[in-house]
Amino acid sequence: MSGAVRHLYVHLPFCASRCGYCDFVTVLGREDDHGPYVSALLAELELQRGLLAPGLETVFLGGGTPTLTEPSALARLLASLPPAAEVTVEANPETVTPALAQALHGAGVTRVSLGAQSFQPALLAVLERRAGPDDVRRAFHTLRAAGFDNLSLDLIYGIPGQSPADLDADLASALALDPEHLSCYELEAKPGTRFTHAHGDELERQAEAMEDYFERVVDRLAGAGYRWYETANFCRRGRRDLRSRHNLAYWSGRDYLGLGLGAVSTVAGVRWRTTPRLGAYLGALSRGELPPRELEPLGEEVRRRERLMLGLRLDEPLALGGVTGAIDPGALERLERLGLAESDGETLALTRRGRFLGGAVTAELLA
Amino acid sequence: MRQDQIRNFSIIAHIDHGKSTLADRILQLTDSVSEREMRDQLLDSMELERERGITIKAQAVRVRWKGHELNLIDTPGHVDFTYEVSRSLQACEGALLVVDAAQGIEAQTLANAYLAIENNLEIIPILNKIDLPQADPDSVATEVADLLGGDPAEVIRISAKTGQGVEEVLDAIVARIPAPGGDPDGPPRALIFDSSYDQYRGVVAFVRVVDGSFSTRDRLRAMATGTELEAEELGFMAPARTPMDRLEAGEVGYVITGLKDVSRLRVGDTLTLQERPAAEPLPGYKDVKPMVFAGLFPTDSDDYPELRDALEKLKLNDGALFYEPETSQALGFGFRCGFLGLLHMEIVRERLEREFDLDLLVTAPNVAYRVKPPHGDWVEVHTPSDMPNEYDEVEEPYIRASIIVPKEYVGTVMELNNDRRGRFDHMEYLSEERVHLTYELPLAEVVLDYYDQLKSRTRGYASFDYDLAGFQPGTLVRVDVLVGGEPVDALSLVIHRGNAYDRGKLLVEKLRQEIPRQMFDVPIQAAIGSRIIARETVKARRKDVLAKCYGGDITRKRKLLEKQKKGKKRMKQVGGVEVPQEAFLAVLNLNEDKK
Repeated sequence: MSGAVRHLYVHLPFCASRCGYCDFVTVLGREDDHGPYVSALLAELELQRGLLAPGLETVFLGGGTPTLTEPSALARLLASLPPAAEVTVEANPETVTPALAQALHGAGVTRVSLGAQSFQPALLAVLERRAGPDDVRRAFHTLRAAGFDNLSLDLIYGIPGQSPADLDADLASALALDPEHLSCYELEAKPGTRFTHAHGDELERQAEAMEDYFERVVDRLAGAGYRWYETANFCRRGRRDLRSRHNLAYWSGRDYLGLGLGAVSTVAGVRWRTTPRLGAYLGALSRGELPPRELEPLGEEVRRRERLMLGLRLDEPLALGGVTGAIDPGALERLERLGLAESDGETLALTRRGRFLGGAVTAELLA
Repeated sequence: MRQDQIRNFSIIAHIDHGKSTLADRILQLTDSVSEREMRDQLLDSMELERERGITIKAQAVRVRWKGHELNLIDTPGHVDFTYEVSRSLQACEGALLVVDAAQGIEAQTLANAYLAIENNLEIIPILNKIDLPQADPDSVATEVADLLGGDPAEVIRISAKTGQGVEEVLDAIVARIPAPGGDPDGPPRALIFDSSYDQYRGVVAFVRVVDGSFSTRDRLRAMATGTELEAEELGFMAPARTPMDRLEAGEVGYVITGLKDVSRLRVGDTLTLQERPAAEPLPGYKDVKPMVFAGLFPTDSDDYPELRDALEKLKLNDGALFYEPETSQALGFGFRCGFLGLLHMEIVRERLEREFDLDLLVTAPNVAYRVKPPHGDWVEVHTPSDMPNEYDEVEEPYIRASIIVPKEYVGTVMELNNDRRGRFDHMEYLSEERVHLTYELPLAEVVLDYYDQLKSRTRGYASFDYDLAGFQPGTLVRVDVLVGGEPVDALSLVIHRGNAYDRGKLLVEKLRQEIPRQMFDVPIQAAIGSRIIARETVKARRKDVLAKCYGGDITRKRKLLEKQKKGKKRMKQVGGVEVPQEAFLAVLNLNEDKK
């Protein structure tokens, strides 16, 4: 029996240390767990294989720090995952060695997303990142040398202590590497975290500067020939479509299966989140059972709202047919008058200014 | 009871000088209530009255003392109810003037004493709280004797709290207050000095029979309003209702009317018999009109029916309360309410919030204006946004303010009154230390925060009383506040031309701080007619989008957006601008901030 899901996410939660601002499901140290965890992932894959289509479009290994996974366990995982047209692995610069790069390339990985975050040592220290700027450059060149022709860099802006000049310098450093893809995020400091506590006042100052930073990022990258194809994502223009196909699947409302600790899946109108507790996860799968999960049924109305919310993040017009009833026509008219949205009756697109205000525009549009 | 054995009296005093405590002690001494029934300040029956230490609605209680029938008619204790006080006093032949032996004469002492003198009452001066360590009975007795033109030795010294001297007060009531002198056989006339609403029996009128007598089942007519009714039950309060067949000349009691609308029976009106009507009503009836107005809006528009029901219920017991539906594009559906004064407004608002559990938005209070538009007749305006931009003449209500302060604060009070467009009238020394000032002031200047300013600038020492002094010409303009080019009706105000710029500037500045940035620039302006007098801009937001959104984030981000959407729905739309209710609240509370 085979299903229809064409996008697979695999979560590798292990990290050498936890960065202060991070809110992903991560597990520190525990190298002994890597082998059993990969075995559990593969057991979960077997239990869920029926949901997957015979040919996958994308596989994405995210973390945590997937490249920190003990090499033989990682190799075993990559060898056992179904093949796909796009296979992305997230990597932290300090973990990238020539051996790892070759292993990934050899195992069919087509794309690596490198967590650079910044090129300023002081700002990397604030983020509690282990890599320095030279590690980022070295990792990038190592991956290139191993044959990767689709590399992405992550950058974060609004870091406590960051100045507009610092941001310009980070963008210049990133562009100097000529990556195929860039993801630029504003720092999201969650209330109540150690990080927010430590940098409270400075975070407030940065929040005020954030709208200026966002414009700077978009202007600079667009000026360098990158396509602003999603709110926080940019790809080089050219013959190849260098957008992240896996993430495009999320943004266009496709079904996806997530494997691993805390992973989220959305299949046939149901979303579920697997337990974030390592013991419970490993325990269930060692007994041949699916791990505990939280279910969230998605009604048609909710799915339309999500399609609207996600679709408006993209630079391509959204087909109105898929969001019927989710849109308040009066609001659409108002937004068109304000020069924030454009509609030809069939599709809906945000203007440049509308995209900067995407959240507010979506909230306004929602019926 | 023979008329010569009846004594009708009131107790008048400045707030907190011990009026209610003395009334309680009198009830106890005359065995009208048992110890068990005794509850402090029995006459003040509403929770709010007890809390604020003031009597809002008067009541009348009959007690017996050494073969005499004494009717104690309680009076409302605040300036807003001057007219009701005067009607209560008209029902009496005498008054106990209670003065705190530590505080001395205060503004309401004076105002009430003058009212009693105008009504030809025998005044029995009483010094209360003589047991207090800071009491200064000798010099206060001199103050009181100077005021009334008597001998300081005649002032009775008591402690209502301990009961000391209260029997002497009762004896003095019998000895010094004249018996009522009406004609027992003339055409019946009774003065209505108060009324209340009983949900089972309808309107209950409290009356003083002046001439003739009334019996159960008599057909009655209220002479000023023309309302006709039947006396379903007559009686007196002891302090519970005690039915009787007849009320005779000189007596005080109640009439149960069965009427469903309290406004059909007005305080000050005269009841007579339909069969044998009196030729003339008793003197002094006035149609009391509200002078202070404000819009009352439910914070949650779903509460509108509850607000309407609550106002209807309050109105049953409060003939002076006026209300009519008002629609504001900024605040939704509510009511424009009229009050006798600021305290009356505060009481109504608190009762609505406390007894009816309503959350209210109250617009800045304004007074009634009289306006003569070009080529038109005079009209009265109760809502600033109804004020025409062009007019030939405009008049605003004035008050005569009576202020008593220690002499070192005279300067600061004069300064305040000058700031408030006051006109000095008179100043006199009540004693070496204390000064009595009288001023004419526009009521509009008093309704804002005058009383709070007066209190804070005199460290609480000033006492204040006023009565209305009619309409006088003014130099007034209407200031509108525009958001996104559209006027916000609830924020319009009528103000003296000289203050318009400062006020307009303050309003738009405050509003700029309170209105969140939108997806476009929002101009905020203050204008007189088409002339902009102040302007601010809420700059457009340039960014409002969630940075990161992948497979694991979708549910959370969707919920955030849905929440943002709900927040928008709660906001009021003015000129296409989302204005949170808090913004209106902040602007409406500007006066209170200044305290």
